[in-house]
Amino acid sequence: MRLSILDRGHDIRTKALFLIMRLVSRHQVVDAVKLAFYRPDFAGTGRLTQEAMRGQSDWSVADRELMAAFISKVNNTEFCVIAHSATAGMAYKDDAKVTATLADLDTAPIEEPLRAVLRILGKLTLENGLDADDIRPALVAGASYQQIKDALAVSFAFNLTDRLAEAFGFAVDDPAAIRAGAKYLLSRGYG
Amino acid sequence: MSDITSLYRALAERVREGDGTASVTLRRSAFTNAGLEEPSRTLVDKVARDVHEVIDADIAAVRAAGLSEDQIFELIVCAAVGQATRQYENAIAALDAATNGS
Repeated sequence: MRLSILDRGHDIRTKALFLIMRLVSRHQVVDAVKLAFYRPDFAGTGRLTQEAMRGQSDWSVADRELMAAFISKVNNTEFCVIAHSATAGMAYKDDAKVTATLADLDTAPIEEPLRAVLRILGKLTLENGLDADDIRPALVAGASYQQIKDALAVSFAFNLTDRLAEAFGFAVDDPAAIRAGAKYLLSRGYG
Repeated sequence: MSDITSLYRALAERVREGDGTASVTLRRSAFTNAGLEEPSRTLVDKVARDVHEVIDADIAAVRAAGLSEDQIFELIVCAAVGQATRQYENAIAALDAATNGS
């Protein structure tokens, strides 16, 4: 990573935890975890991301992981695209659905409310703003006010995370570590 | 239903106004992406508006200007939280305009 404090600046208890994580998982500690454990009193986003991704919602966990992967694709943040595509595919038990959605939203085998909301998230991510006319097609497609609001919470979390991943220079993990990370996110969440 | 309102506001308040190694003035400017001098201005603007443009030299430049790694860390976090906050608040306003807030 671009800042050495994110690789080697953790306190002694966190370094000990990372050692245990390496021994148990047999994988290197991924950069996202190193960031999450660096000065969490200042920069910690775990509770916010947990609420957005695992809080009560009419969207499934799989849907929200797909939103995270989609936002990250629009942001061209490879680390997060790979990690959350894997998590969404595991949650749906359907990797092809995730791959198809990221390849072509118009033809993806997903429900219309989700497709319309992903279009909103894509525009917001690209253009940094929306107006009411951008929202209305999702309402017509059947998405509720609360569903759109819940999706915007995912957008907050991942437009933030993607920027940090890119600015700090996260490395892309090996496939086995990505699968292990996806299992962890589904079983333990972000908090 | 999930609600991040209090959580994102607390995060924004903490990174701008809470304990840090960079001054509150500097962190507020990074959050709003306004009022910074070079080389911090370039780094913060890239994080906010086109983070793929961030290169090692941008980090090296702010380090050479005297900022510590923790101060650079805080500037980047403030810039990213600030941009995510502006996006979110703009989008919620659009949602409320389209639905009369319900």
